[in-house]
Amino acid sequence: MNVTKGTSAPQKREGTPGAGNYAIEMLGITKVFPGVVANDQVTLRVRENEIHAILGENGAGKSTLMSILFGLYDPDGGTIKVKGQEVRIKDPNEATALGIGMVHQHFKLVRNYSVTENIILGMEPRRRDGTVDLAGAEKRVAELSERYGLAVDPRAKIESITVGMQQRVEILKILYRSADILIFDEPTAVLTPQEIDELMDILQRLKAEGKTIILITHKLKEIKEAAERCTVLRRGRYIGTVQVADTSEEEMAEMMVGRAVRFKIDKEPARVGDVVLSIESLTVYNAKGYPAVKNLSLDVRAGEVVGLAGVDGNGQSELVQAITGLMPVHAGRILLDGKDITKTSIRERVNAGIGHVPEDRQRHGLVLDFRVDENIVLKTYERQPFSSKRGILSFPAIAKKGKELIEEFDIRAGQGPATKAKNMSGGNQQKVIIAREIDLSPRLLVVAQPTRGLDVGAIEYIHKRIIGERDKGRAVLLVSFELDEIMNLCDRIAAISKGEIVGIVEGDKAEERSIGAMMAGVRSPRKEREIEPNEEAQGGSK
Amino acid sequence: MSAAASGKDGKGGLKAGFLDAFISSDGAISVFVVLLGFLCGTILILAVGRNPGNMYAALLQTLSGYDITRGVWNARYIGEWFTASLPLILCGLSMGFAARTGLFNIGSEGQYIVGLTAAQFVAIYGPQVPGLHWALALLAGALAGALWGGIVGWLKAKYSVSEVVATIMLNYVAYFLSRYLTRLIPEANTYKTQSFPKTALLSDPFLSQLTNGSRLSIGLYVALACCLIYWFIIERTKLGFELRATGFNKEAARCSGIRVTRSITLSMAIAGAFAGLAGVVVALGSFSYGRVLAGQDGYGFTGIAVALVGNNTAGGTLLSGLLFGMLQSAQPLMQSRMIPKEITQIISGLVVVFISLRAGFKMIIEWRAKRIARERRGERDE
Repeated sequence: MNVTKGTSAPQKREGTPGAGNYAIEMLGITKVFPGVVANDQVTLRVRENEIHAILGENGAGKSTLMSILFGLYDPDGGTIKVKGQEVRIKDPNEATALGIGMVHQHFKLVRNYSVTENIILGMEPRRRDGTVDLAGAEKRVAELSERYGLAVDPRAKIESITVGMQQRVEILKILYRSADILIFDEPTAVLTPQEIDELMDILQRLKAEGKTIILITHKLKEIKEAAERCTVLRRGRYIGTVQVADTSEEEMAEMMVGRAVRFKIDKEPARVGDVVLSIESLTVYNAKGYPAVKNLSLDVRAGEVVGLAGVDGNGQSELVQAITGLMPVHAGRILLDGKDITKTSIRERVNAGIGHVPEDRQRHGLVLDFRVDENIVLKTYERQPFSSKRGILSFPAIAKKGKELIEEFDIRAGQGPATKAKNMSGGNQQKVIIAREIDLSPRLLVVAQPTRGLDVGAIEYIHKRIIGERDKGRAVLLVSFELDEIMNLCDRIAAISKGEIVGIVEGDKAEERSIGAMMAGVRSPRKEREIEPNEEAQGGSK
Repeated sequence: MSAAASGKDGKGGLKAGFLDAFISSDGAISVFVVLLGFLCGTILILAVGRNPGNMYAALLQTLSGYDITRGVWNARYIGEWFTASLPLILCGLSMGFAARTGLFNIGSEGQYIVGLTAAQFVAIYGPQVPGLHWALALLAGALAGALWGGIVGWLKAKYSVSEVVATIMLNYVAYFLSRYLTRLIPEANTYKTQSFPKTALLSDPFLSQLTNGSRLSIGLYVALACCLIYWFIIERTKLGFELRATGFNKEAARCSGIRVTRSITLSMAIAGAFAGLAGVVVALGSFSYGRVLAGQDGYGFTGIAVALVGNNTAGGTLLSGLLFGMLQSAQPLMQSRMIPKEITQIISGLVVVFISLRAGFKMIIEWRAKRIARERRGERDE
């Protein structure tokens, strides 16, 4: 085993009182899925009362390891010790009995139940007559909430509280079950920057109250902020355990990826041209019939990347779908190069030069049962040489195109153009979409959440290609929930909240705090707004 | 099992590799499932105290025309086998075509009936020009079926009406409409019309002679041509690309600019046309008079099974149509050999059940692969 820094770590902290004992020991854990070794002799030692991060790219085996600990999978080899006792955890109930609780990435809450009802679900306290003692439970939830500083209203309905609050309900749920080892699976993926700060405080508070915390993440910044030690996995293997304080972000990234990684993208100053996309007082209703985009105006010019910063569900998807023609427009206009495209078909917009990297790549971007080359011509199959005038396809031409783009975009496809999209990794699937959309050489590239769930290497590459398009003079509209990504790539940043643009900032003058505040709906009071005076009208429309 | 995982352990790796190849091949699964069906049928015959050899003798006679017990050869049986298979193949294509677009066309039966009815009307009232007459009937049947299917596709695409419900309802509409309209013909009584003019019939002297006077008709060419058309549209054309993309992922197809409403409507229409042609082939190929239907012929429903076993491919559907046709036309031969004819229906039913259990088979085989991997790991540890 190539344990790099893990061996030196224990000695350093041996003196600290109460830190010597391990809460969790997973020794030589192996888990094989058909065709994949998800965990290969992985070792994880978590001390009592520490915050321990598990770092790794997608597919590194973090989730598998935690699922084994939580009793969801049966390991094929290795031993698990909880507080020094060797155990076999067959299902999540046994994990709960051992004091292990998990905050899942996707919350498991009943939306129309109250906070307390959700928390007690499955272990409702009974009165003597057999009825549920809701009042007593509410009292206990309130106590717990106060003790850990969670500020949750026990009577609120889940559907009426924020995502951050919902996460706290999940935390309360496991605290209520007396867990003292808490696993957080990518807890910040759905939170705003403010909520992330609050979560970090909560983690410290939990630690102060004596809890042990395991934090699964691929975000180095959070590890730096919260964790004491960090175990790194790569491709199912244990790479090492490091003291976070002594290790730089770059070092951790290198352990995670296996090579040096550049965080900040080098880019030339933007050479901005004419307005390509012009959105004028656009109103779009969502599927439920409520206005999701309200009287929104925004320009994107050639040669610039405009970022739309916002928390998920604030009208970004509807805006993107309106631009690409997937959703009807209720009011307002969309102009591409000065031409009104508000009512044109999707195909006409593709042909007019709109490229679209959709948010949900598997649902909207790819036909997973199609081959790579078929996916690559998904928008151009009608054109020659892929199709003859009589509508007969030329598969050699399609395969040739597939091969070209596989090479140009460094897409890893086992069987070349014939690889089924569903048999590829998420990063390579996304590369197929990026390749297809860039190859359309669009006037406007609408990119939504291009790197969600991807690993560092793929993110680096996709960012480079997006900037490359900008430098070719394309207009790029980038939607992302990752503020880092927006700040890194964009020449201008528009913050969206509840379907309205709250403010627009120049990329190089952007501050994370102020954009975060705008994303939460707070209109920026001073400097950011006046940078783009012609945006004033729409910003203050309502 | 990846090659790396199977690794050095030759035997286990080979076994796992074979299983993997097997499970990933739809055709192999179909063959396996059919064999399993026959195995169960054989056991069942043994259980009721009859000789399963007689079943196989009957099947052999259907397939080759050779009567093993009497040592006589008669090609008519082959002709009848094909004749029984034709509507099954066409209805299988109908079901399969819709399935390739992500639709469940349970309405082949209704489309079959409107095709059959349209053909009967053209046969009675159409111009009695040799060649033209039956060609018109084929066209009318295909169009009627296309209309019947297209309505459903359009409703589905435009108003999200479940095609399952819509097709089942339209099956009844087709059935009663056919009865009502056919009885309007002055010469029709409660169960049949007058005889068709000779020019309307699909019968083909050459094919009939070749198979010793069987009812094998021009329908054979129709079915084979339809298999070819099916393959060509699905695999080779722009339209097929759109239909397949829509079938696999409607949302992604829409995002790419494919007109999904058109795809779905067209797909159901084409599916309906295949079933409509099945109606014509039966009406003018196997009968010489118009029928006032007294019940549903059931070809449409068997077509679902045919498409399932044929994996919705042209070649597969052709073969599985022949299989189901064989089971059907072997029935009287089995009865004459003391084998209950219901056994063929049990076998067909079992084949469909087993096909539906494919996911289960996959799980079993994956579980086995896992065990093999575990055993290998055990060996490594030692």
